[in-house]
Formats: sequence, structure tokens, C-alpha cells
Amino acid sequence: MTTKIATREAYGKALVKLGAQNKQIIVLDADLSKSTKTAEFAKAYPDRFFNVGIAEQNLMGTAAGLATTGKIPFVSTFAMFATGRAYEQVRNTIAYPKLNVKIAATHAGLTVGEDGASHQSVEDIALMRVIPNMTVIVPADGVEAEGAILAAAEYDGPVYIRLGRLGVPVINDADYQFQWGKGVVFREGTDVTLIGTGVMMSFCLEAAQLLEEAGISAQVVNIHTIKPIDRELILACAKKTGALVTAEEHSVIGGLGSAVADVLSEAYPVPMKKVGIQDTFGESGKPLDLLNKYGLSTSKIVEAAREVLNRK
Amino acid sequence: MDEERNVMTANLEDRAREIRKSIIRMLMEAGSGHPGGSLSAADIFSVLYFHEMNISPDQLEDPNRDRFVLSKGHAAPVLYATLAEKGFFPKEELATLRKINSKLQGHPDMRKVPGVEISTGSLGQGLSAANGMALAGKIDQAPYRVYGMIGDGECEEGQIWEAAMFAAHYKLDNLTVFLDHNGLQIDGRITDVMSPEPLDEKWRAFGWEVQVIDGHSIPRIIAALDYARSFQGKPSMIIANTIKGKGVSFMEDQCDWHGVAPKPEEAERALAELDQGRAK
Repeated sequence: MTTKIATREAYGKALVKLGAQNKQIIVLDADLSKSTKTAEFAKAYPDRFFNVGIAEQNLMGTAAGLATTGKIPFVSTFAMFATGRAYEQVRNTIAYPKLNVKIAATHAGLTVGEDGASHQSVEDIALMRVIPNMTVIVPADGVEAEGAILAAAEYDGPVYIRLGRLGVPVINDADYQFQWGKGVVFREGTDVTLIGTGVMMSFCLEAAQLLEEAGISAQVVNIHTIKPIDRELILACAKKTGALVTAEEHSVIGGLGSAVADVLSEAYPVPMKKVGIQDTFGESGKPLDLLNKYGLSTSKIVEAAREVLNRK
Repeated sequence: MDEERNVMTANLEDRAREIRKSIIRMLMEAGSGHPGGSLSAADIFSVLYFHEMNISPDQLEDPNRDRFVLSKGHAAPVLYATLAEKGFFPKEELATLRKINSKLQGHPDMRKVPGVEISTGSLGQGLSAANGMALAGKIDQAPYRVYGMIGDGECEEGQIWEAAMFAAHYKLDNLTVFLDHNGLQIDGRITDVMSPEPLDEKWRAFGWEVQVIDGHSIPRIIAALDYARSFQGKPSMIIANTIKGKGVSFMEDQCDWHGVAPKPEEAERALAELDQGRAK
């Protein structure tokens, strides 16, 4: 039985650790602290936690002001509001002056589940990736989420960290070291590379197993830092396996798949296929049912791998 | 005492006049930009930078320096003119406003201009940043104060009211904000376009200590700042009734001069008027 932890849970715990280590850490939330798990920090360090109420634009601007004084603000709300409602505040008041604000947004993607399309952010990676100065990180599990949060606190500049509501299998060892901007090879292979991010990583690993049983050797890579992307590793995979599949809980427009395609198309084009949400809104439902319905599954990754192999 | 005060007032009026002249010159050189809302704010800037605020070009990184946030970032010329007047960079650089490779961007860039505390320009966002600075001061029990300026048209932005609630909720009494109430926005009178009035009642209702003053009276600006420092538990809003384009007869209260730069002959007339002391 695999342990499952939501990346937002790991975030809440990492924040408490950070709070003890560094007095400059300030946490801001917009009336969702129980859901985003910043409530744990609020309980441990009430004098360094500030609820701004249901006001995401002011959330981002206040964090920017705090950062100018040397504070390290972590701001949290749902990914929809962090990147949609407050987009221009993030762009103009945080990223343009390259302020040291960490946007840890939870409830990203379809796995929000029952709340439905209005709350399922499937375009946030694209929105954040296109902003100059912004770093974009999508942890695959609780262990990686903690590593990413601790690393983000050390880094000087704006960071967007995409976190999920749903418990996801822990795929990294407890002693895993998060490395900024470096992809992680989970499994070596020679025929095709499966590049995943976030919740799709465990499906990529399952897909590789199924492909192996069918005599196909799949390399599996986790790209947790979507910007700046690990260009070197992606090109090495393309050269080694000659075909790639990307998998993300995000629109196929502008996310991981697009970032990988950007690298390949300019430097080393090989057949590739993007597994992701096909330019559509989600709907209410159980998280795993939604992933299946919208084509984010092990079987779709296997299918995509077979397709790119045929195009080799 | 009175004589001392008169000398101080006269000095600050001189500074304001120099700031206005710099605004006219730099906009003429740039060929674009926003004279109206820059000229309306010049007297307030003179008092803030030459009387009130604890800042100096020698102490750019002093954690205890006072901070100023220009939320109505399109009034960048008044900020740049004042910073140059205060010695943050040479006055000659003002002529590079809005030109390629200049530090003087169309709207203030904190990474380029010494003395600019935060990048602004997109309306409605600066007050939140000022809140963040004031909140940090509270957390650290630091002695600095945070000052800001918003526009009256800018009060049509929803984020202003999010920030208004926040400052009152967290009792940011180290925050003093001027509302440059010149009554005009790009498309016309604020009361015709989308009235944010009554502004004094709104800010009071949002929990701020509100004063309404003549924004061109140096003594009134000084007195309002003195009062703002005197109480605790509330942020301070100083609604400064001003005239857009103040100091240049043909620009005063003219909406058309919101975002149009003077041509050389117009600039010459404007500078002559300012030299004659028509604008105090």
C-alpha cells in the first residue's frame, strides 16, 4: 500500500519548519488557510501570519511591499485566484520588480474535484510561465513539495509553486534532495521518454511498467521545475530515446508539454505527444474519475508512447 | 517663530516651483507623458521630500528610512523631478525620460531609479504595496513611516478598497496616504466618468482617519502631516484638493492635459509663468 500525501499537506508542514528556521518568513492567506494548510503556520507563529480576507489582488500587492523590506512572504490561495484573479498584480507588482515573493497556490488542476470547472485551474502553469523573472515549480509528491518549499525560501526572486488538494502517492525517498531547475531521471530506458510533472508522475511510472511488459523500454523523467526548464536533460532524453511523451494535469496549451516542445523544436526535433487537458474546462466529479474522463491516465500515456514510437 | 515658519514655507514653495519646472522640461523633451497629475502633486512632494520624510540619497539601504509609494505611477515626472531635486541622481538625467536605455521609464521602476521604493504604474496596486511596507514596520517595531499617494480616479479600482480594509484592519497608523483630488481622469471629470464620491465619507467608513485640505497650501500640508503622526490605531488619509495642471494657466483644470506633453513653445510659456511666480 503506497502512502498518499497531498502536496498542500506537505506545504503546511514545511512552512512550520521554515518558520522556526527563519524569522523573516511571513505567511499571507486570503480566507482559505484551512484548505491551503497555512493554518498550521498561523497556529505556530500567529504574529507572522496575516489573513487578508477574500481579496487576492491585495494579497499579492501586500506581499510585494513586505518583500521590499527583506521579509520573505509566502502567499497562498487557490491556483485559480492566485494566477487568474490576481494575474496582473503578480506580473506588475511582484515579477516586474523581481520581488522575493513565494506564491504557493493549492487546489490546482482537475483534482480539485467536486467544486467543478470554476475552481479547477488548468491554465495556471501557462500563465505563470510566460511572465519574465518567474520560476514555476510543480512538485510530484509530498517529499518533493517539502523540498521545493525549503528551496524556494533560499532562492531570491518570485516563485510559483503549484500544489494539489488530492492525496498523491509518495514516489520519492525520504532522503530525496530537491535540486532547483534539475529534472530527475526515475527510470532509465531506451525506446521512449515519458516526461511527467505533478500528479502525473505516478501514472508515468505505471505506464513505464506496462510498456516494459510489452517489450518497450521507457525512460521516465520528472520535470518539477517547469521554468527554468532542464533543457540539457530533455535534449539528452530526445537524443537517447528519439521519442517523447509529456504528461501534466494542465491544458496541453502552454504547460509542460509546450515547454518541452519549445526545447525540442529549436534544438532536436523528435516525435512527441502531449498528454494533458485538451483545451477544455473541467466539471464536478471525483478526482480520479475526472482524470480518467479527461484523458489523464496511465492508459493514455501508454497509448501516446505507442503513437510516438510509430512515428519514429 | 512666525518668521521662521514663513521662511520655511517660502523655501518649500521654491522647491515646488523647481519641481514643476523640471516636470515641464522633461515632458517637453520626452514628447509624451502626464503633466496634469504631476503638477497637481508638486506641493505635496515638496513637503514630503524636503520637510517630512527621513530619507537621503546617502542612505538608500537604511532599513529605518521612511518610504514613499506613488500608486498613481503615471505621475512619474513629479517623482523623478523631486528625486533629482533631492540629489538621488543628476538633474540632467531628467531629459532622458521615456527614452530608450533611460532609467526613467514611463512609469517608475524600482530596479532602475534610486529612491523609487516599488515599481508602480498599473493603477490600484501601489496602496497594497505600501500596506506591506507598513506591516513590515509594525512586525519589526521599526521607527520608519510609510507615505503614499493615490489618485481620485484611481479610487475607481477595486483593489484600492481591498487595501483600504487591510490597512484599517491591521491598524497601520504608520501609514499616511495622500489622495490627489484633482477631479479629472483621462475621459473627463471623475464625477462624470464614474464618481467615486463622496471620497471623504468612503475613507472614513473604511476606518481611516481622514483630513481634507488644500493640496496647494504648504502650511496646510505640513499641518496635516503633523496631525497624521499624532494619533494611533488608524491609517491616515489626507484628501488633498488640488488643481490638475496647477501652476500653468493653460493646463489648469484641463482634462486634455492629463496625458499630453507640451510642445517647445508651450513649455516656454509654462516655464515663463512658473518663473514669474504665478504658481506660487
